[in-house]
Amino acid sequence: MVTEAAVDTVIGLEIHVQLGTASKMFCGCAVAFAAPPNTLICPVCLGLPGALPVVNRRALALGLRTAVALGCRIAPESRFHRKNYYYPDLPKNYQISQYQYMDHPPLGVDGWLEFTVEGTPRAVRIRRVHLEEDTGKLLHVERGGAVTHSRIDYNRSGVPLMEIVTQPDLRSPAEAREFLIALRALLQYLEVSPVRMEEGMLRVDANLSLRRADGTLGTRTEVKNMNSLRAVERALAFEAARQAEVLGGGGRVVQETRHWDERRQVTFPSRTKEEAQDYRYFPEPDLVPMAVGEAEVARVRETLPELPAQKRARYVSLGLSAYDADLIVRQPRLAAFFEEALAAYPQARVLANWVTGDVAGILNAEGKEIDDVALRPAVLVGLLRLIDVGVISGRIAKDLLPELTLQGGDPAALVAARGLEQISDAADLKQLVELILAANPEPVAEFRRGKEKALVFLVGQVMKETRGRANPELVNRLLRERLRG
Amino acid sequence: MTPALLPVSELLGQLRRRTLTPSDLLEAYLQRIERFDGSVRAYLHVAAEAARAEARRWDDRYARGDDLPPLAGLPIAVKDLICTRGVATTCGSRILEGWRPPYDATVIARLRQAGAILLGKTNLDEFAMGSSTENSGFGPTRNPWDQARVPGGSSGGSAAAVAAGLAPWALGTDTGGSIRQPASLCGIVGLKPTYGRVSRYGLVAYGSSLDQIGPLTRTVRDAALLLQVLAGWDPLDSTAASLPVPDYQAALEGGVRGMRIGLAREGMGEGLQPGVRAAVEQAAARLRELGADLVEVTLPTIAYALPTYYLVATAEASSNLARYDGVRHGLRVEVPDVVEMFSRTRAAGFGPEVKRRIMLGTYALSAGFYEAFYLKAQRARTLVHRDFDAAFAQVDLVLLPTSPTVAFRLGERVDDPLQMYLADIFTIPVNLAGLPGISVPCGFADGLPVGLQLIGRPFDEATVLRAAHAYEQATEWHRRTPPLEGAAA
Amino acid sequence: MAIDRATVDHVALLARLALTDEERALFTEQLRHILDYFARLQDLDLGTVEPTVHVRAAADVLREDVPRPSLERAEVLAAAPDQEEGFFKVPPVLEPA
Repeated sequence: MVTEAAVDTVIGLEIHVQLGTASKMFCGCAVAFAAPPNTLICPVCLGLPGALPVVNRRALALGLRTAVALGCRIAPESRFHRKNYYYPDLPKNYQISQYQYMDHPPLGVDGWLEFTVEGTPRAVRIRRVHLEEDTGKLLHVERGGAVTHSRIDYNRSGVPLMEIVTQPDLRSPAEAREFLIALRALLQYLEVSPVRMEEGMLRVDANLSLRRADGTLGTRTEVKNMNSLRAVERALAFEAARQAEVLGGGGRVVQETRHWDERRQVTFPSRTKEEAQDYRYFPEPDLVPMAVGEAEVARVRETLPELPAQKRARYVSLGLSAYDADLIVRQPRLAAFFEEALAAYPQARVLANWVTGDVAGILNAEGKEIDDVALRPAVLVGLLRLIDVGVISGRIAKDLLPELTLQGGDPAALVAARGLEQISDAADLKQLVELILAANPEPVAEFRRGKEKALVFLVGQVMKETRGRANPELVNRLLRERLRG
Repeated sequence: MTPALLPVSELLGQLRRRTLTPSDLLEAYLQRIERFDGSVRAYLHVAAEAARAEARRWDDRYARGDDLPPLAGLPIAVKDLICTRGVATTCGSRILEGWRPPYDATVIARLRQAGAILLGKTNLDEFAMGSSTENSGFGPTRNPWDQARVPGGSSGGSAAAVAAGLAPWALGTDTGGSIRQPASLCGIVGLKPTYGRVSRYGLVAYGSSLDQIGPLTRTVRDAALLLQVLAGWDPLDSTAASLPVPDYQAALEGGVRGMRIGLAREGMGEGLQPGVRAAVEQAAARLRELGADLVEVTLPTIAYALPTYYLVATAEASSNLARYDGVRHGLRVEVPDVVEMFSRTRAAGFGPEVKRRIMLGTYALSAGFYEAFYLKAQRARTLVHRDFDAAFAQVDLVLLPTSPTVAFRLGERVDDPLQMYLADIFTIPVNLAGLPGISVPCGFADGLPVGLQLIGRPFDEATVLRAAHAYEQATEWHRRTPPLEGAAA
Repeated sequence: MAIDRATVDHVALLARLALTDEERALFTEQLRHILDYFARLQDLDLGTVEPTVHVRAAADVLREDVPRPSLERAEVLAAAPDQEEGFFKVPPVLEPA
């Protein structure tokens, strides 16, 4: 009998990324999300009799850039193959893809991606990176609870896809999620794809098995239809638990494809009888090989943008905590914001605190991305400078931040218009201090008895009276002086 | 003589001298089609009205003395395997009956630009699979020389149309001999260009690594003229060559003096009809008289060309024909389940030879058999290619009969696929090696045409055309016309 | 060559061809005959010979990433066996591939 404690989860991922090209993989039709159905089609992507494919140069370049960034060995000559199977969303009833044919590997093999899981560094090996074309979209039409017919839109047919396959190096659903976040960030830094998962630009299939205590690998299942990172984590957690339960009950895991049901939060077996698909791969006769010389690979490597691992290391060397560095690096748009602010405000650690703390907090609360809000790096920098020169307190800055973030504005102007300048003149505060002391005899007595917290309270009262404008250090000092006697 | 039996080179002269108008020329063909095509059945579709309208426009332009493109006002028949926008393109199959492509093949666009008029779409073996045009889903075409016999295939309709004067010239396609063999059986000229010389965009694919579009004409000069318009790079076809296109007409002159021509030993063995052997030997002798250096060459792996071809071509075809499933175009058998729909549509729409080849090709690629069949055939293909390379180290052209026999009777080989396949034994190796090859008439046997095949180095159509032209001009075969019923021209 | 009915049925399924009983029998016979003839390829010593994938050496035929006009939907759908509101219409497809 196998107990859950004895098993190790083994996960491999197969990721399809839609490349950010203007036109399709093998034809000149435009790539666009949500265009009216069947308006971005031509003889080639519709698979009409007589049509022929021609490779999109930019798709090759983006695939190459990714493969190089992932440390892959690049095939000096890579070819396309036909993967033959019948399905209504596949107009030719074969997909042009890349397969291993004798000694001809696909675009890139044997790379790796580093990432962190709660601060712990991990690396996952990348088995292969290759190019292929996307299929059309099948939609089911239901009437009265039954599917009456299906509709097909071929706008997506022929869109360039990059397939990235990992070795089964992931050890938990959480890890799978972290890997995907890291991969997504990398793809955004490389500018190979906007990777909007909600638009289907990043699709994930997973293989999962449990390793027994004696080290042998259990049967694996394939899990599909996970349409968000959260779905990936939940689906894999469910599947791991399901397999553990099966094994724990003395049963055997069936090798099958399972689909994630987002509504019911379960995986269920695919109804297709898996007569093992025979794809009858053979080299695509309509396309000549793509040559990628060493010089070009070197050039691509040299012109890579700063990669996440390098960026993270740089941030840490600038004084950021590992946590803050990770948080910023995982979000390329936020990192871009941070970099732009950093150029004007070199106090990296302080800046990072604000970005990962208050700014991120507001974004999370509003459910927005940094690109969706009005806040500009220059504005944040302006705000921080006002603190630095003592015009406002940190408290006031925090209060202003939500408005600046969501609606924009100029910090200095706002401060002036609302009279939020910090009161830093002792003379102005002395009278108020007297008033507060007089109004709060108990806390005064408590402080005199040694309770520090009472002072905090008193400071708070002064701050409240000045609507946060008093310089808190000054108030603190004045109160202490007054109470010393 | 009716203009309908004149070569294009002469027709162009008459059109330019205004002794003939495009409309009159067109009518000559339309009348002959009316008169003879009821029995020859070269055409699947005659675009009479559209052609007449175009011919009238060209009449005006000639009358005005406009600057005119090279083929202005000349009709052409096109094998129904090539996409013509808005004009039915059936590929000889019921599965595409009524389908009108929303685009023109590149060769069609080039022809239109050159001023050609689409006369009609000609009959073929279904999806180009066959050597007799008996595999057409719409009935066979008859050989104008003897209507109880086949015109050859798969471009039988185009060959018969040209031979019978139902078109001045025509486009055919050649994957294993489908231009050359019908040209041979119908007594006309047929040229298969080097693989990659002519764009395949818009050519409905059969064997992607073998297919080429080429001319079927009355004379070699006409073939050169037509090739000139067809040849050249196309950004829509990744396999099309970007090599410059020579002046093929200029290349015709020069004769064969000093040219080294290799008579392939394997071409003259048993299996060759005696009359064919005699005609080809005489043709070789004629070439020698004209000053060519005739030597013997050997192509040892030619015996393996047939199985090699039928494994490679059918494998590619099994994949190319997967798209015919009733979803986006053509025939659909309505059933409630989509998988059933695919299978029933294809069962109803494809003829037996197509099904046979799809099965063969699918098998050759299937798990466990890929290495034994497809991969093996691809390696054998390399050997065939090497044989030709070795031959071309010694000679400039290789000579073979085009077909081992003259036209056989309708129905004679339909029950024995292998027998049918053997018709292409001399043409197939040329496709495997991707070389240019021409068939020119070289005599008769039992009253039926015999064809001589000349094969050249890659992209050396010029030498092929030059030798063929020299031979043709030294003989009278190209002036012979079939005795159509009632015929006197 | 071991072509039997079961093989023919399997291949027909892979190729999405519904065969009649006559066809099944005929094709089994014919394919066997054809493949027996093709067996002669075994005579050739092909061990180290490179397969011909492309008959002409060429590489890097690439297209610039510039969008070009697409087809008019009406013209394409006019050729479709069945269509509905801009989509191709088919009987229900129940399972992902």
